Amino acid sequence: MAHTIALAGNPNSGKTSLFNELTGSSQYVGNWPGVTVEKKEGHLKQSKHHIVIDLPGIYSLSPYTLEEVVSRDYLIDARPDIIINVVDATNLERNLYLTTQLVETGIPVLIALNMIDIVEKRGDIIDINGLAAALGCPVIATSAVTGKGLKDLVKQAIHMVDNHMAPPISAHFSQETEKALKDIGSLIEGTVPPETLRWYIIKLFERDQQVQQRLDLDQKKIAEIEAIISATEEKLDDSAESIITTDRYDYLTAIAKKTHTQKRAAGSLTISDKIDRVVTNRFLALPLFFVIMWGVYYVSIQSVGELFIGGIEWLFHDFIGANLASWLLSVGTNSWLVGLLTDGIIAGVGAVLTFVPQMMILFFFLSFMEDCGYMARVAFIMDRIFRKFGLSGKSFIPMLIGTGCSVPAIMASRTIENQRDRRMTIMLTPFIPCGAKLPVFALLVGAFFPHSAWIASSMYLVGILAVIISGIFLKKTKAFAGDPAPFVMELPPYHMPRFKGVAIHMWERGKEFIKKAGTIIAVASAGIWILQSTSWSFEFVETQQSILASIGRFIAPLFKPLGFGRWEVAVATITGLLAKETIVATFGIVLGLGTVAEGDPTLVASIGSFFTPVSAYAFMIFTLFAAPCVAAIGATKREMNSIRWTASAVLFQTSVAYLAALLVYQIGSLIF
Amino acid sequence: MTLSDIRPGSTVKVRKVSGEGATMRRIMDMGITKGCSVIVRKVAPLGDPIEVTVRGYELSLRKSDASLIYVES
Repeated sequence: MAHTIALAGNPNSGKTSLFNELTGSSQYVGNWPGVTVEKKEGHLKQSKHHIVIDLPGIYSLSPYTLEEVVSRDYLIDARPDIIINVVDATNLERNLYLTTQLVETGIPVLIALNMIDIVEKRGDIIDINGLAAALGCPVIATSAVTGKGLKDLVKQAIHMVDNHMAPPISAHFSQETEKALKDIGSLIEGTVPPETLRWYIIKLFERDQQVQQRLDLDQKKIAEIEAIISATEEKLDDSAESIITTDRYDYLTAIAKKTHTQKRAAGSLTISDKIDRVVTNRFLALPLFFVIMWGVYYVSIQSVGELFIGGIEWLFHDFIGANLASWLLSVGTNSWLVGLLTDGIIAGVGAVLTFVPQMMILFFFLSFMEDCGYMARVAFIMDRIFRKFGLSGKSFIPMLIGTGCSVPAIMASRTIENQRDRRMTIMLTPFIPCGAKLPVFALLVGAFFPHSAWIASSMYLVGILAVIISGIFLKKTKAFAGDPAPFVMELPPYHMPRFKGVAIHMWERGKEFIKKAGTIIAVASAGIWILQSTSWSFEFVETQQSILASIGRFIAPLFKPLGFGRWEVAVATITGLLAKETIVATFGIVLGLGTVAEGDPTLVASIGSFFTPVSAYAFMIFTLFAAPCVAAIGATKREMNSIRWTASAVLFQTSVAYLAALLVYQIGSLIF
Repeated sequence: MTLSDIRPGSTVKVRKVSGEGATMRRIMDMGITKGCSVIVRKVAPLGDPIEVTVRGYELSLRKSDASLIYVES
């Protein structure tokens, strides 16, 4: 018979590491039903019958955010056997605040007092037995990093599950409050399961709307409860929610004072504080950020990353492609099929995969920045800008990831709690140039602005401007108007992350990029290759007479006002919709040059016939803003969970692209 | 006097958390409750948000949210 263990705790408490240690490779990720909140599930390494459910990182069980509601509903309805509460020992009071609420659900709680290694390093002492006695829960000191206490934790957990422990003692509030709670209790006794009675009483006292809806009490009872609450509020001169939260913290402060001895004086500077004196310094913060990002990009995209590109190109084009082709031809395979496989699929997938080393290195750095705590500072610094259009500094992080690839960037928007903010972030993130758009810029800059390489980098600035302007514009529309969500964010202490953790984090992002290559791009490349080598009468023809060319000629007039109304370019924008990486390859194909890359001199020379400098820049702008590749659109659909919103996003992005390119070309032609 | 009026480096005591709904609850959930001590650390480079120390950890708070928190020295 299966048992369930729920894992709950604050963000930054080391819960994820602990979950990884407990479940190992048995974990899989899904969504909580009906919402876009991530759900991680697995079973204990030691026992297949003990399932572990990782609840979202939460600070409380209030009714205000999706993560909290999902968690409390799970605990009250699904009734796991026990809860392992991961408590950050270096942040005792705030973490125990959640503990007192978990206890109220009536489920036995086992506390994993995590990061105990840091406590010991600081010279602080925590009286574990005293803490356990005061809270009425078993407490096991753990360190997910060093592995300390994990064996005992698992043993204790299994013991608690198998022996149906009694739920622990609930927190005590002030005398007045307890009296009010007792009175409310007598009104609803019998209507709810007895072990959840305490939970419901307190929530009703807090005027918790979600609980009110659930219980659906009759008008008389509602009025009586309201009377009790109002009377107490008057007596204590405070609002009910405030009374409860203050009482909780007072209760916890007393416990913490008794059990926690701190070595350094409260208010003195820690190492993290000292680092922040520079990192979030009024004058140094932004320059430092730009220097760091420049360094990250230089290493990942230019120096180290570039080393690998040649190797991968050789691997796919010369090694796999050529050998496969000659082998297939030697066994008599139809040359059309060989063409499809080598010039279509392998070339297409290869084009995308050449980016993998650069992406991985970039994601490694970004993951490191997140895991060590720097990203929180970045959100802190950037918040002022994003607040202008109703978002928060947290929206900056997906955009930073978007400089690598939009797919993991869109997925990273999950950390944004407010749904409206998350939607806007997803819609705006693709405006930031992703790695795949760079070759297009490189090609056109090489052909038309050979002495102004900075124009390619200017695309980042243009992207950022577009985000800001679009954000301000969208904020004024009905769909996004409204009060900004609160931005109350913890700045966790800096710590040196473990290589394993960063590597896993990097892989989670990078694998999305690789997956898109293996699936969508492969299919798309095959499709494009077929369309550009076949005529409407299904004959094998030159690109000029193919289906793709005629589609290109049909839509080319649309692009005339933008300066590039040629079917070759129209075709490139179509393929670009599937994957931005294919744009350069498409130019090569329509020019009859076969498979080439952006540095190829013949390509650079021939492209001159398609554009003028102004229209080339307009095309770059169009590529920058237009709907991202199919993979990114797919990710958008997954995160938005709505076809209507996905379509709106794509429409919005493409409209911006068209308008911007139009303006650039028309105004540019007048000036230059 | 609210928390948004306090200069970096000062320590104050919370008198009352005003406002309602999600914002007020979030502020209190994070530990800023009646009677607790808060140290204002610094202001972000672009002028907002502010960083405070509460219950032993660092919290970032927008000035508009900090103006809901009434304090005394």
